[in-house]
Amino acid sequence: MYSASDFRKGLKVQIDGEPYIMTDFSFSKPGKGQALYRARLRNMITGNAFEKTFRSNDKLEKAALEERTMQYLYKQGDEYFFMDNVSFEQLEMSKAQLGDATNFLTDNMDVDVLQYNGRPIGVTLPNFVSLKVTQSDPWVKGDTSGSDSKPVTMETGYVVQVPPFIEEGDKLQIDTRTGVYVTRVKE
Amino acid sequence: MIPTHGLHLRAVLIQALRTFFIDRGYLEVETPIRIPAPAPEAHIVPLTSEGCFLQTSPELCMKRLLAAGIPKIFQLCKCFRKAERGDRHLPEFTMLEWYATGSDYRDLMADCEALLRHLAAAMGKGGVLEWQGCRIDLGSEWERLTVAEAFRRYAPCTVEEALAQDQFDEMLVEYVEPHLGMTTPTFLCDYPATLGALARLSPTDPTVAERFELYVAGLELANGFSELVDPVEQRARFLAEQEGIRLQGRDPGPMPERFLDGLEAMPPAAGIALGVDRLVMLFTGVDSIDQVVAFTPERL
Repeated sequence: MYSASDFRKGLKVQIDGEPYIMTDFSFSKPGKGQALYRARLRNMITGNAFEKTFRSNDKLEKAALEERTMQYLYKQGDEYFFMDNVSFEQLEMSKAQLGDATNFLTDNMDVDVLQYNGRPIGVTLPNFVSLKVTQSDPWVKGDTSGSDSKPVTMETGYVVQVPPFIEEGDKLQIDTRTGVYVTRVKE
Repeated sequence: MIPTHGLHLRAVLIQALRTFFIDRGYLEVETPIRIPAPAPEAHIVPLTSEGCFLQTSPELCMKRLLAAGIPKIFQLCKCFRKAERGDRHLPEFTMLEWYATGSDYRDLMADCEALLRHLAAAMGKGGVLEWQGCRIDLGSEWERLTVAEAFRRYAPCTVEEALAQDQFDEMLVEYVEPHLGMTTPTFLCDYPATLGALARLSPTDPTVAERFELYVAGLELANGFSELVDPVEQRARFLAEQEGIRLQGRDPGPMPERFLDGLEAMPPAAGIALGVDRLVMLFTGVDSIDQVVAFTPERL
């Protein structure tokens, strides 16, 4: 069981026997009032979504999903191919099924593929991945805009805000749960 | 990512806060962060430390200083509240509190207006604050809206109905808060009597407490009230809060007896707590509290 304080984006839960993923989550607490946890939940099979506000004593069941480690091989159009490293069995998932995960998938990466009744419905990524910067505007010395960050494009096409010292070709650690830049990875 | 630019602006703002209160004759005080007994409040959970508690607010110690004869005090300090984490919440955050004897919650509202105008000038902002697509006019008279009126205007039920159905917080967050402080800051005032454990009831309408929350662009910034100085009534309110804590299956902890003992000597006063991190958010234009502190708990 997950209590409300465990809620976060990406959590997979079970409601009325069906798996749901928390696609949005916000915490609020009016002055002297109680903590409220507002979640948007999407049915992982039908795609139907709804919003609900929970209190701190509320709980949600963990989704009954089978998980197995597979290697991401390559993509073809909007289809992404994965292989079981032990049985060599392959399966494919669509871009729509993978959602934000496509921002962080690089060839040969190990991920946990989620299955519900034998059918693949999504992946769980490692919390942190290393991605290469493929496009970055050089930082102009004497930039007086006072800005702390600039956008760069990663090898997957994902665009992320980073500090001005990051250059093309750098490898960056990204938190896949939030999509946020963490640090530059030393080669 | 460490928000280096934001930290510079934060330092300027904190310096301006200090100047504002020192120029007005307030004494800056420091009270212990580890305390034996915080004020029992049903929905604020303290963290423990070696048999003590980390303060959830410096309120009780500061009121004891008023009772000891210091008329005007302010404090900038860290406060801790368990399991509060979101875009606008950190479990460890910076609080500004100020207290003045002989004043009431109306005086605090005037202080807030003067303070934010002073800060805007110090930050080179002029009279209009821009935050997340809103333009908030600090120069005109600020809106004062009672909780009852706000529910009539924005919520699908009255405040009495929301309380009876135990849905006050949900209604406030979903229907009322998004409208508050959108053109000028808003003082949401006169809370139901049961929602102000340390506030004095209105002498003209005892169904409400002389308590307000300050909102700017939907962001809740400060909570102020005319202080309750009756130790008998205060003990009864604390007992009710402790009962609420027990009903949630938590240990209410010890009664703050020394605070209650000192309350007899405390003159009429008003006091307010303002979230400094959120203030920095407003003045730097960012929408996440993570961007105004050097480190979040996750980044340590």
